[in-house]
Amino acid sequence: MNLLARYAECIFWMARYMERAENLARILDVHETFARDTRGMTNWFSIVQLNADEKDFFSRHDRPTAEAVVRYYMFDTQHPNSLVSMLRMARENARVLRPWISTEMWTQINVFHNKLVEMSGKDVPIPNLSKVCTWIKEECQTHTGITEGTFYRDQGWYFYQLGKYIERADQTTRLLDIKYHTLLPSPLDIGSTLDMSQWTTVLRSAAGYHAFRRVYPRGMTPTTVAGFMMYNEGFPRSVVMCVRQIDGLLTRMKSRYTLRGGSEAMEKVDELLGALLARPIEEVIHGGLHEYLDWVQGQLNGITNEIGLAFFGREPVAATQIQSQ
Amino acid sequence: MSVPEGKPTDLLSSYDPGLYHDELFGGRDRPADHAALIRQRLAGLNFEELLRRSQDAERELYNLGITFLVYSNKDAVDRILPFDIIPRVISAKEWAHLEAGINQRVAALNLFLHDIYHDQKILKDGVVPADLVLGNNCFRPQMVGLDVPFDTYIHIMGVDLVRDREGTFRVLEDNGRVPSGVSYVVENRHMMQRVFPDLMQDIGIRPVDNYGHKLLDAMMEIAPQDVGDPQVVLLSPGSYNSAYFEHIFLAREMGVPLVEGRDLVVENDRVYMKTTNGLARVDSIYRRIDDAFLDPKAFNPDSMLGVPGILEAYRKGNVALANAIGTGVADDKAIYCYVPRMIKYYLDQDAIIPNVDTRICREADSLRYTLDNLDKLVVKPVGEAGGYGITIGPRASKEQLAECRDKLLADPANYISQPVVDLSVCPTVTEDGIEPRHVDLRPFAITGKNTWVLPGGLTRVALKKGTLIVNSSQGGGSKDTWVLQDGVGVQEGGAS
Repeated sequence: MNLLARYAECIFWMARYMERAENLARILDVHETFARDTRGMTNWFSIVQLNADEKDFFSRHDRPTAEAVVRYYMFDTQHPNSLVSMLRMARENARVLRPWISTEMWTQINVFHNKLVEMSGKDVPIPNLSKVCTWIKEECQTHTGITEGTFYRDQGWYFYQLGKYIERADQTTRLLDIKYHTLLPSPLDIGSTLDMSQWTTVLRSAAGYHAFRRVYPRGMTPTTVAGFMMYNEGFPRSVVMCVRQIDGLLTRMKSRYTLRGGSEAMEKVDELLGALLARPIEEVIHGGLHEYLDWVQGQLNGITNEIGLAFFGREPVAATQIQSQ
Repeated sequence: MSVPEGKPTDLLSSYDPGLYHDELFGGRDRPADHAALIRQRLAGLNFEELLRRSQDAERELYNLGITFLVYSNKDAVDRILPFDIIPRVISAKEWAHLEAGINQRVAALNLFLHDIYHDQKILKDGVVPADLVLGNNCFRPQMVGLDVPFDTYIHIMGVDLVRDREGTFRVLEDNGRVPSGVSYVVENRHMMQRVFPDLMQDIGIRPVDNYGHKLLDAMMEIAPQDVGDPQVVLLSPGSYNSAYFEHIFLAREMGVPLVEGRDLVVENDRVYMKTTNGLARVDSIYRRIDDAFLDPKAFNPDSMLGVPGILEAYRKGNVALANAIGTGVADDKAIYCYVPRMIKYYLDQDAIIPNVDTRICREADSLRYTLDNLDKLVVKPVGEAGGYGITIGPRASKEQLAECRDKLLADPANYISQPVVDLSVCPTVTEDGIEPRHVDLRPFAITGKNTWVLPGGLTRVALKKGTLIVNSSQGGGSKDTWVLQDGVGVQEGGAS
C-alpha cells in the first residue's frame, strides 16, 4: 500500500518530538537529582546553553534561576523547545496521523498532552520536579512501548524509527557538546570531584551510568565518557549505535518497498558512519570535540533534508527549527 | 454489574413528557410497547450510578479524541459532542416505514438532479420554478449534459427528521452535499457497549458498524470501470476542520488514505496522490469539501483546499466523486418544499414521510401569511446551516420579531417559514434527574448502484431545558439510536 508523503513526514516528526521530549525530561530530572553542588545556578543555566536558547531565554527572564529555567523548559508555550510545545507538536502530528496510527497510540499522546497542559496552569515546586520529570519520561516510554506493540509494520514504521534514531543521535551529541564545552575550559576542575560528578550527570541523563561502569569499572575520564557516548556499540543512545540503525533502516526500507528515492540520504549516512568509525576519541578531542560534534549534527541535518527531498516531496518545514538551534 | 429489576417506585416514576410524543414512552395513542423492557431496566437503576456511567462515557470520548473543534475568538478548542446514555429506541415497524421513505426520497432527488442537468423536464412542466433551480448558486452549469455512474448524484445522504406531537415523522431538511454525523452514530454505539452492556443485553439491536464497508462498496462501484482495483481516498479540508474526527473515522473504517488537496495533483486529466514513491493514481474520491472549494480552476479561485484541474478529470470520467458536483441545488431549503411534488412527478407516489408544512416567502401569498403569523412561525434563511439565523416566533421578543419582519421584507426570497414543530422528547440524564429533552433524527443513506439505509441514525438532543435547537454548535448533544429487530422488546420477568 502506498504511503502518503505527508503522512511519512508527520510520522517522522511525531517520533522526533517524542524522543526529544524524553531527552529533555531526562536532562531536567538528572539536574534536579544529581547536580546540586556549589555552582547551583550555573547548573540550570547549562540547560539553556545545551539547547542554545540563551537569546530567547534572556528576552523574557533576567536570571536563570531554577524556577525560571524549569518553567521555561516545561510549560512555556511561547518557547518551541519546552516540553509542552514538543508535546503539542507531537500531538498535532499524531492528530493528522489518526487514520494511520493505532487508536492506542493516539489516545495515549492525547491524554499525555492534555495532562501536561492542565499541569502547566499550576506551578511545579522544585522539590516535585523529579517526580514530574519521571512521569514525563515514563509517558514517553509508554508511547514507545505502545508504538512497538501496536504500530502496523509497513513503510510508516520505518519513518517512525528513522525519526527516532536521528533525533536520539542529535540529542546525544548536544548533551556531550554542552558538557564538554562548559566543563573543560576550567583546567582546575579536570579530574576534580566536581568534574566527576558532572560527567556522572551526563551519563545518567542518557541512562548510561551503569552500562558505562560495566565497560569501564575503574576509570572515568572525560575521554572515556565521550568515547562511550559516541562510539559504544551496545549503548542504545550512542551516536554510532543510532547511525547504524539509520543505515540499516534506510537500506531495508528502500529494498522492501522498492522506493526510487533515498540514495542521497544513504550516501550521507555512509559518509557519517565512515567518519565516526575512522578516528579514535583521543584524536577527536585533540582536534576539537566541539567542532567535531558540530559536524556530526550538520550531517544529521543533511540526512534529514535528503530524506525530506526523497520521500516527503519537499523540504521538511520543521527542519528549519532544528537547524536554527 | 447488572441492572436490578424495576420496582413500582423507580427512577422513571416522576418522569413526565408533557404533551409531547416520547421516544421511550410513546404518545397517548401509540404507547411504545417495544421499549417496555428498556424502560423497566432503566427504572431499576439508581441515579448516582447513572450519573457515574454518564461521566465515564464523556471522559472516554474526550480521551479518545472523539471531538470537534470549536473556534472561539482566536482559539480552537477540542470539544466532545455531549453524549447522553439513555438511548432513543425505534421499533422494527417504525423503521421499516422510515427506511422506505428515505429510499423514496433519495430516488426522487437523484432523478431530479439527473433531470435538471439533462432535459430539465420538471422545469419545463412547471412543477418546480425554473429560476429557483437555474438561478440557484449551487446549480453547476459544468454538470449539464454530464453522465454519472448509475445516475447517482447523492451517494451519501442525511435526512433530518422530526416527530410531531402526534408521533408522525416528518422531514425537516435534506442534506445532500456533505452530510456529517455518521461517525457519532457508530462511536455512540461503541460507547454504549462499554458503559451500558447490561441495558443492551438481549434487546436485539440492529448493528451499525458496517457503515464503512457499505460506503467503500459504493465508492468502488462508482469508480471508472476500466480500473481493476480502484484506489479510493477521502478528501478532507484538513485537521483544523471541525468535522476532522469524522473524516479520520471514515478513512479508517474504509481503510483508505485521508488526503488533503495538497496531497493530490492532476496531470493529463488524471488525479494522483503524492506518495513516498512518487505519484500514485486515484480513482474514487469521497470528498468532504464543498463544490465551491473543490477546484480553484473551476470554482472559487482562492480555495487552498481544493485540487486544480479535478473538475476536468471528473468530466472526462477519469475519477469518481461522491457526492457528485452540483447536488447542493437539491438540498436547498427552498427546493425542499417541492420534494413531495417531485416524488409525485418522478415516481407517481405520495411521499411516505411528509415534509413539515413549509411556506416559501418568495411567493406573495406565503410572504403575507408568514408576516401575518410571524409570532407563530419559525422563519429560516435558506442559505444557512447549523441553526444560525433562525427566528422562532413564539419565543422571540418584540424586537426580534420586528427585526425578522424587516429582513423578510428586504429579501423575501431568502426565507422560508414553518410552523413550530413540537419535537418529540426522550428521557435524558440531567443534573436534576431524568427529564424529557427534545430530539431529532438524522438517518444516513448510501447509494451506489442501489440505496442502503443505515439502521438508526444520529439522534441529536437539545440538552438545554425547553430548547428545540439540537445543533452541536448550539449546545446540542447526541444519543445512541436503537433500531430493534423484528419481534423483540417484550417485557421480561412477568412484571406488568
